[in-house]
Order: sequence, then structure tokens, then C-alpha cells
Amino acid sequence: MFVTRKAEFSASHICRVAEWSDTQNHEFFGEEANPSGHGHNYVVEVTLEGEPDPVTGMVIDLKQVKSILEEEIVEPMDHRFLNYEVPPFDSIVPTTANVAREIWKRLEARFDSPAVRLARVRLFETADLYVDVIADSEMESALDGELAA
Amino acid sequence: MTTLTARYRFSASHRLYLSSLSDEENSQLFGKCSNPYGHGHDYVLSVTVRGEVDPQTGLMIRKQDLDRLVDQAVLRNFSHRNLNVDIAEMDELVPTTENVTLVIARLLQAAWRSLSSEGSGCRLWAVHLQETDRNGFEIRLNDLRRQTTPISINEGMVLHV
Repeated sequence: MFVTRKAEFSASHICRVAEWSDTQNHEFFGEEANPSGHGHNYVVEVTLEGEPDPVTGMVIDLKQVKSILEEEIVEPMDHRFLNYEVPPFDSIVPTTANVAREIWKRLEARFDSPAVRLARVRLFETADLYVDVIADSEMESALDGELAA
Repeated sequence: MTTLTARYRFSASHRLYLSSLSDEENSQLFGKCSNPYGHGHDYVLSVTVRGEVDPQTGLMIRKQDLDRLVDQAVLRNFSHRNLNVDIAEMDELVPTTENVTLVIARLLQAAWRSLSSEGSGCRLWAVHLQETDRNGFEIRLNDLRRQTTPISINEGMVLHV
């Protein structure tokens, strides 16, 4: 069974490669590279997979999920400038994909019990743009093999 | 795996009918969707790509490249059109959202091939089309190859509804 919990944070960022000139960055990233930065209301949906406990009827206590999301995502990222205040975005570009993958990395370490595993992180940068990081399944790998063949 | 999904919108009209059936039979089969003058929807198209995130830029694809591709392959041809008469690729097809999704997936796939000839590390993964808030249709590009031909207006086939 899958359980999804949502959290929100608002943050600013700039998408630019440090080694490139302002012109190069602007040509590549467009207005995402504007030098003073800009912000988004990010929405993150975290999906966990597990079986309901026979006694409590819960896959996981959502209070616990809420506090983990608070500690790992909201507290460090909400109302921050990602490039300047939230490592590793001092050294990697805080694109939606990179922020989603960082959130995955942080949460994976917290949901490491055999009973409950992290299945998906979906990060909305805007209502019309989101990135999914999804646990690799054996089926997906088999499908990739079939495609490559 | 990592995927990126962008949503787009277009408004279009359509009428569901099979030319081999009478108006009354069409009405029985398709209900209000077969009203003779057609009707419209605000469609929401979600396009999903899957790929490697470039370690330098943090991107799978530049959003502006995806926007241009979707605009050129789909939006500029479908927006504010009548799907029964204005879209060459929809000719002779019942414009059910299943068929519209299939046609859009094929158009995007063809456009994608021309874009990714430069060796992009990412590929088109899924196409989702929302006809209304209540009806959504999705096709994985992996499944497109196995997909049967869309339902033609003229075949007069028996549909199971």
C-alpha cells in the first residue's frame, strides 16, 4: 500500500553554472538565471510503501512522517535562498530535478526500516512543472533491458 | 529513476460519432458527446520525460526546449480547433480522448526523434491527457509500439461500452 504526505516550502534560487559567463547562463537557462534570483512555492509529495500494521492499522504513523518532512525539508529550505543557504546547492544547480533528488537522498536515510520504504518523491516547482524521483523496481529494470535489446 | 512532467493546456471542440451509425444510434452509443454540433473541452496535456540529470546543469531537458517541441508538435495545431475537421492526423478517427491521446503521443514521439538526434540523454516517457477534471487518459511511450490502431469513424465496429 502507498501512503502520500504533502509538505510545502517557499524558497528562492538561481539556475546557473558557476564556470559559465552571465551571457552563457542566460542563453542556456533563460530567466531562471536572472542574477538576483527568484522564488517558487514548492510542493512536495512523499509516497511511502508498506503494509498496514495488523494492530495499529497504519503503514506508518503520519505524525512521524510529518516531523521527518519538517526536519529534512521544511525547516532547512522554507524561506531560504537555496544557492546560498542550503547545501549542496552552493555547489550544484538547484534545478527542480536536483532539489527533488536531494530531498530523496535526505528522506531515504530516514525511511530505512524494512517495513516502510520510500517509493516516490514528487516535487512541484509550479502547478505545471514537477519532477518525480521513483524507487527503481525490478520491473523497470527488466523493461529497460527489453528496450535496450 | 527521475522524470520531469510539464503541463500544457489547449481548448478544442469535438463530436463523437461513427458515420456507419444513424444519429439515433450514435446518440445511444455516445450520449451527449454525440450532439450534432459538437462541444468543447479545456484539455490539460501532461508530458513526461525520463532521463539522466546532467551533472553540470542539473537538467534532464531544458524546459524551453520541451515547451517549443510541445507547442510545435501539438498546441499550435490543436488549440481552438475542431478535432473532427481541423487536425489532419485525426482525420477519420473518432476524437475520443483515448484517440486524441494516442495521436498526440505519436506526434510528440515523431518530433522528439528530430530533437534528440543530437544525443539527448533523455526520452519521452508518458503522455497524459485530461479531458475534464474527472476524465484522464495516459499512455506510456513504451506501450505505444504495442498499441492497436485508433478507432476509425468508418469501421462501424461494435464498441463495448
